Amino acid sequence: MNTENKPSAAARRQFLADTARMACGVGLLGLGVGLYAKHAKALPPAALRPPGALPETEFSAACIRCGLCVRDCPFNILHLSKPEEPLSTGTPYFVARQLPCEMCEDIPCVKACPTGALDHSLKDINKSKMGLAVLVDHETCLNFLGLRCDICYRICPVIDKAITLVPLSNPRTGRHTLFIPTVHSEQCTGCGKCEKACPTEVASIKVFPLYMAKGQLSSHYRLGWVEKEKAGGSLVAPDVEHRYNMPEGMKYESGKGLSSGAPADAAPGSAPGSASGLPKAMQGSKL
Amino acid sequence: MNATPVRPGAEAVAGKGWLAAHKWLILRRSSQIGILLLFLVGPWFGIWIVKGNLNFSYTLNFLPLADPYVIVQSLAARQVPEKLALTGAAFVVLFYLLVGGRSYCSWVCPVNLMTDLAYWLRVRLGLKGSAHISRPTRYWMLGMTLVVAAITGSIAWEMVNPVSMLHRGLIFGLGLAWAVLLAVFLFDLFVMRHGWCGHLCPVGAFYSLIGKFSLARITLPARAACNDCMDCFAVCPEPQVIRPALKAIDGTAPLILEANCTNCGRCIDVCSKDVFAFGSRFNTTVAPVTGVPHPAPK
Repeated sequence: MNTENKPSAAARRQFLADTARMACGVGLLGLGVGLYAKHAKALPPAALRPPGALPETEFSAACIRCGLCVRDCPFNILHLSKPEEPLSTGTPYFVARQLPCEMCEDIPCVKACPTGALDHSLKDINKSKMGLAVLVDHETCLNFLGLRCDICYRICPVIDKAITLVPLSNPRTGRHTLFIPTVHSEQCTGCGKCEKACPTEVASIKVFPLYMAKGQLSSHYRLGWVEKEKAGGSLVAPDVEHRYNMPEGMKYESGKGLSSGAPADAAPGSAPGSASGLPKAMQGSKL
Repeated sequence: MNATPVRPGAEAVAGKGWLAAHKWLILRRSSQIGILLLFLVGPWFGIWIVKGNLNFSYTLNFLPLADPYVIVQSLAARQVPEKLALTGAAFVVLFYLLVGGRSYCSWVCPVNLMTDLAYWLRVRLGLKGSAHISRPTRYWMLGMTLVVAAITGSIAWEMVNPVSMLHRGLIFGLGLAWAVLLAVFLFDLFVMRHGWCGHLCPVGAFYSLIGKFSLARITLPARAACNDCMDCFAVCPEPQVIRPALKAIDGTAPLILEANCTNCGRCIDVCSKDVFAFGSRFNTTVAPVTGVPHPAPK
């Protein structure tokens, strides 16, 4: 090492130290930003995206937070999220219980989006999937209580398709009918009108983001009756008649139970017809 | 050498008059506030000249403008925006290729109003001392935002970016964004001179990359007349860009080609000798220094 190199060596050390400091500082900040971004990737249950929004993972990469959808919404239902709100800062959302989507036929919010974060291939607002209505509280829903509220059913823009009233007998009175509001996920757009209109103090029907509201059958599940219809007949070979190995003189008949080989006389004390199918202990006048 | 408490530009005010010594500053503030007002008259008075914010705006339902930095982040997060946004970004890149990349910082960005105020207050209060972070840190910040966008698959920086937070906040509602902005203001005031805009902001770093190739430049047609008053260094937010051109270091042409010059024009205002002027990057034919050559500063 000659003396000329010494200052440059010191300078190089200083440079490396400075660079390391800078890289670590910036890296730490980056870690914070990254973790924050990861946290904000799941949509909170009360917030719904405008119609046509890409799935949340893609949306946070495609939305450039310009707010043009907010501007072009004629009913002013959309907001841009603020830093303290639990969604990606600056992205659009609406809260159904406050102001639901009015389902404009020309979908101006989607048209306004410059990036395609709101998918421009959505042409029919009835095909949008902003969320999915769920009748969350069976204890407070007036129809579940046996009343004819029906408000969610009547307010639904896709009336009689997204929500139908399914009649069930009312076990409380034993003679009335419950009209159970039942949501059909293929038709429900998640506009939130049902949640907004629900007359209970806290809505009994709510609209959640799809990922929260929709279940999914395991992929190997087959519904027998569907498969039967598809195949045009039973897919299962008819049962081979079961053979019983019985003590001599006894026989077992499906539906009738065990009996002696000889035609049995009606046993004294047994009610006519009661013998069929029931175990012996449960037969007789004690019932 | 500049021990007198005279404020930078005093000599220019005395020589040229107050208005001429503040011409570009006034124009610049008018531009910053004017652009902000263009965005605000829509939501405030229902006069829709410009819709949106600095990330993307639509002027008179005709001109799309998009922040190319946000578009690049979106691409890093593996989303290709649609044509309208890409067109808007192309317009903006072309515009800043003409007027100078970091003109965005000094003529458009609303945070600059805030950090300039912090600097003004810092000088007024006589706050000395400043944390040391090297100026290239901003490029690390820029790289970091793109890496985070790629890893998280989201435009993560937009969640905390004070620039878009302020602009969007003013138009669509601030929320708690004021706390972030206050932090930036206090950082610039007490912790670090020109801290945010001059050292850390990745938006400025991005625009400085455009600025490497841009046309409009500060030229120094009269650099021989420089009397070493140091006023330009005192007012310049990026003083390191001045020296090579002013002192003809290594035969540098009388032209500031440094990417981080913000084209704010304040040096033109405060120079009593009219050393500086706006010109283009091709103004290299000005006569070389004719006066006594300056010794290279240590």
